[in-house]
Amino acid sequence: MSLFSEILQFVFTGLTIGSIYSMVGLGFNIIYNATTIINLAQGEFVMFGGLIMVFLTVVLKFPLFVGFPLTVIVVMAIGAVFERFAIHPLRNASLLTLIIVTIAASILFRGIAMFIWGKDPYSLPPFTPGSPVMIGGAVIMLQTFWVLGTTLAIVVLTTLFFGKTIVGKAMSACSFNPMAASLMGIHVRKMILISFALSAGLGAVAGIVITPMSLMDYDRGPMLAVKGFCAAVLGGLGVGYGVVLGGFIVGLLESLTAGLIHSGFKDAVALVILLFILCFKPSGIFGSEEVSKIKKF
Amino acid sequence: MLEVRRLNSFYAAVQALKNVSISVKKGDIITIIGANGAGKTTLLKTISGLILEHDGNILYEGKSLSGLLPGEIVALGICLVPEGRQIFGHLSVLDNLKLGAYLYYDRRHKDEIRENMEKVYAIFPILKNRRRQLSGTLSGGEQQMLAIGRAMMSRPKLMMMDEPSMGLAPLMVREIFRVIQELHHDGTTILLVEQNARAALKMGVFGYVLETGEIVLQGDTKILLEDEKVKHAYLGK
Repeated sequence: MSLFSEILQFVFTGLTIGSIYSMVGLGFNIIYNATTIINLAQGEFVMFGGLIMVFLTVVLKFPLFVGFPLTVIVVMAIGAVFERFAIHPLRNASLLTLIIVTIAASILFRGIAMFIWGKDPYSLPPFTPGSPVMIGGAVIMLQTFWVLGTTLAIVVLTTLFFGKTIVGKAMSACSFNPMAASLMGIHVRKMILISFALSAGLGAVAGIVITPMSLMDYDRGPMLAVKGFCAAVLGGLGVGYGVVLGGFIVGLLESLTAGLIHSGFKDAVALVILLFILCFKPSGIFGSEEVSKIKKF
Repeated sequence: MLEVRRLNSFYAAVQALKNVSISVKKGDIITIIGANGAGKTTLLKTISGLILEHDGNILYEGKSLSGLLPGEIVALGICLVPEGRQIFGHLSVLDNLKLGAYLYYDRRHKDEIRENMEKVYAIFPILKNRRRQLSGTLSGGEQQMLAIGRAMMSRPKLMMMDEPSMGLAPLMVREIFRVIQELHHDGTTILLVEQNARAALKMGVFGYVLETGEIVLQGDTKILLEDEKVKHAYLGK
């Protein structure tokens, strides 16, 4: 294998994991846009997505096109229940308290998942059977295209949602100033509930498309949340396309580091990026300093 | 139009309003003056449905507002221009105005929304020039204009304003008061809360003086302007 095709291989791997980080980052974004809460249980939504999909399609033998939406709906319900029972009752709590609550939720979710599925990783068959494609000497699994395509679709949809629709703008108004938002007739509590459900659904989609490639187990959440968070901060929290590019950058650097230097450094890459960005440009690459000055954090 | 009867309102455990009764007739400009912490903002927030802990009656066109959500109250035609403007600084001027029309924002009302927006632009031409600008970067006076414009977008019959002149340059204060008069002229009923007592009383027809949560004085604004106590405490004479 030539160096070129080797690097090409790393790039494709990087883009694939980068997509997942992007989707996790976008999940952060949705809840952040509605509440300024950083939901650290975001990785668990991904985990639930993968494992529930396994249960529905492998154990219950549902076809893909039934299992996929059903899984998303179930995880959205988990997100909504989480908001109703853990976030909603604490309406007057500080932001930091709420973020700590999401950490507690992530531990609880992991416990529940371990209780149900045990500690073993599970796999899914790829969506489209067939042999991998060769491009420039690099081997690309067909599932990669599913992952990239899904990410693209989700990026477009969330960008349109927050940038073009009145509901998306209303949702962002809820985080910026809940009092003024309710004076516009926006039902703030309902918006927050919707944001948690949407974000959970997005996490589920990420979990479903990645499980055929990288397996899924109960403990996958925290690392995904950390990487997705890096992606979000790197690109600029609240900025849709920024988060996605951030995800790809983290994914690429991680994959190139693992391939060209040492795979042991892989997980450190994201954290080093996070440190640098927080030191030198806390608003992120694409976050506008103007907006970040106006926002609470 | 609006009838507040023996209202008691609570902020956490503190009683902020005691036995407050006010009455607003259609087409009036009603002025409420009072010092900081007298309960003016609490009164407006309670009417808007933002403060739920209260007893007494708030009647709007004969219907009780108790238990209604802020959105339902806006839909009835009561809107509040909150103290400190509270615009959505991360959104453009245009988006702020659109959110003002949130409750009826759909394809069916497209023409009406455009019409209302033109009305806002006619009163505040500067907002039209700045419609693409991030609203958090507007000056204080422009933000106040946007807050009023955003409230106009909700098609109010009764507009409540909480200290619209606060923190503005004298020239801008005059401009804002001119706009209030214009809105009133166009048929909007106004409930104005101000610390700038003289200007506010000059504009209104009837006024209330709120002190530590209680109405201590009420009457025609002409009479209030001549009242010795009012002069001494609020007009600086």
